Amino acid sequence: MPDATVLPDATTAGGVLLVLAIVLPVTSVLLSLALGGRQVERIACVLMPCGLGVAFIIFADVWRSGERLTYIVGDWTPPLGIALRADGLSAAMMVTIAIVVCAVGAFAHADFNTRAAAVETRAPFVFWVMLIAIWGAMNMIFLGGDLFTLYVALELLTFAAVPLVCLDGRAETLQAALRYLLFALLGSILYLVGTALLYGSYGTLDIVLLSRRIHLEPATLAAATLMTVGLFAKTALFPLHLWLPPAHAGAPAAASAVLSAVVVKGSFFLVVRLWFDAMPGTLGSAGAQLIGALGAAAIVFGSVVALRQQRLKLLIAYSTVAQIGYLFLMFPLAFDTVSAQLQSAGALTGGMLQAISHATAKAAMFMAAGLIYAALGHDRIAELGGIAQALPMTVFAFALGGVSLIGLPPSGGFLAKWLLLEAAVVTGQWWWAMVMLAGGLFTSGYMFMVLSRALVPAHEPLKLKTIVPRYQQAAALTLALASLLSGLVALGPVDVFQAGRPEAMMVGSR
Amino acid sequence: MNAATLFGLCGAALVGFGLYGLVTNPEPLRKVLAFNLLGSGVFLVFGAISKRAAAAGLGGDPVPQAMVITAIVVAFAATAMAIALVLRLLEETGRATLSSDGPGGTSTDGGNS
Repeated sequence: MPDATVLPDATTAGGVLLVLAIVLPVTSVLLSLALGGRQVERIACVLMPCGLGVAFIIFADVWRSGERLTYIVGDWTPPLGIALRADGLSAAMMVTIAIVVCAVGAFAHADFNTRAAAVETRAPFVFWVMLIAIWGAMNMIFLGGDLFTLYVALELLTFAAVPLVCLDGRAETLQAALRYLLFALLGSILYLVGTALLYGSYGTLDIVLLSRRIHLEPATLAAATLMTVGLFAKTALFPLHLWLPPAHAGAPAAASAVLSAVVVKGSFFLVVRLWFDAMPGTLGSAGAQLIGALGAAAIVFGSVVALRQQRLKLLIAYSTVAQIGYLFLMFPLAFDTVSAQLQSAGALTGGMLQAISHATAKAAMFMAAGLIYAALGHDRIAELGGIAQALPMTVFAFALGGVSLIGLPPSGGFLAKWLLLEAAVVTGQWWWAMVMLAGGLFTSGYMFMVLSRALVPAHEPLKLKTIVPRYQQAAALTLALASLLSGLVALGPVDVFQAGRPEAMMVGSR
Repeated sequence: MNAATLFGLCGAALVGFGLYGLVTNPEPLRKVLAFNLLGSGVFLVFGAISKRAAAAGLGGDPVPQAMVITAIVVAFAATAMAIALVLRLLEETGRATLSSDGPGGTSTDGGNS
């Protein structure tokens, strides 16, 4: 391979935007620390529209040109320097995360107001700083062009996410946070071992360079396995999901929404980067089936346990365990047996669309559950009667989120599952189609369980503990609608997820 | 066996010990210590790789060395955070365990049994 060391990479026209996407949140965190707790919400208010704008401009650029944006940091080209790259996958995920973060920010104004409070407290300050830090770390994960930068981003994400779990400082949330941290640390150190092995074998960690040099040998396989297992622990894929339900269900509503919608997608995205971009030909047929089997087990286990829950927030948390399973079904479905590679076709689009629709729907559902909890003072599913009359907008948002999770048309979840089902039929892997259909049934089951109780009219008018502000309900509804409409993105004339991916295909055909 | 191989093997052994400790020890503090042992093993492997891939005229490949410094800082921060959580848990409950039969731990079990 004559071109193994020369990289066609150079900073492209919109490359500076990629730097902005990372630098804006980081600067805001530093500013918040310098200016103190009173200013932090104001800083977040300024940052959010800017960050959202940057994400949309990057998305529009990638969509229009169909090419990826690149920024070479300090003009030092890889392998010596570091490249930031935005392809279709990163652009679409960046926009989704930006929308979710902004909606969570609007929602959290009521619970974590730093301006009106008489005494400066720690929880609101920590919440806003960590929310911004998570955003920055996620953007870094989407844009990072080499595996070590991605390791650092992954750690930043963990350090920002763990404090959100134990914002209220109760013993059980502290325990959940500690368990989460230990799982996450195990995951990241396994990832780091893999990075060391890959560098030792190929002398580079840049993803594009690596994809050209990589070949099947014991060191590659060991590294890939270690990294994948580590990332599974962070993504809470069955059977490494034990930390997720207590951590996500115990956190305050706004924090649960971020944790469930955003944070697990970070490590999932790295699994995709690793297998589809860095080593598309390494995952054998058996490996793909194994990942798919774990995903299928997650779907069945998560759904069954969700059906047995008595508390709404725990039900939603177990539903996350199940929905994460769908994300990993795309690995066997994208596996092309002829060329023995992962192909960036319909299955990849379906998997990423599932990630996007789950992010928006799950955030909406956690917000709705938080509002129901605030209004009733509890979230026992059996005693939800009358809540649909008291908070119609909230219950509607919850139901719309459920529509996307079940995969009813025209939601993003429908299109995602349809694309995955189509891939299952085309590749003749009917067993994954069975799992997906069963998962849809289970999901309808637990959504029905909640909604049937919520829609029962109360005998006497409910006495709400607090008045739930309208804008909080609107934030949840906006996200639920976004999830419903996210399918339209893939119906457009250009499949944005495939933008900037020709090289992976080219390497694949060699 | 040259020095780089020896150090690499030592690193691998440390990774093994650390992993075993992290998985089998029930106590959070011991888990944190095991994580540090595991981390030291990884740093040693990075050192061995740096030495093995040394370019002509250099004592070692500087890139893994730069990575190790970053990774040490990250591991340090992670340890500090874990210890802070353990201490806070001890303050709240009087004991620092992860088992859910502890005070307040039962409600987070979530029907998982």
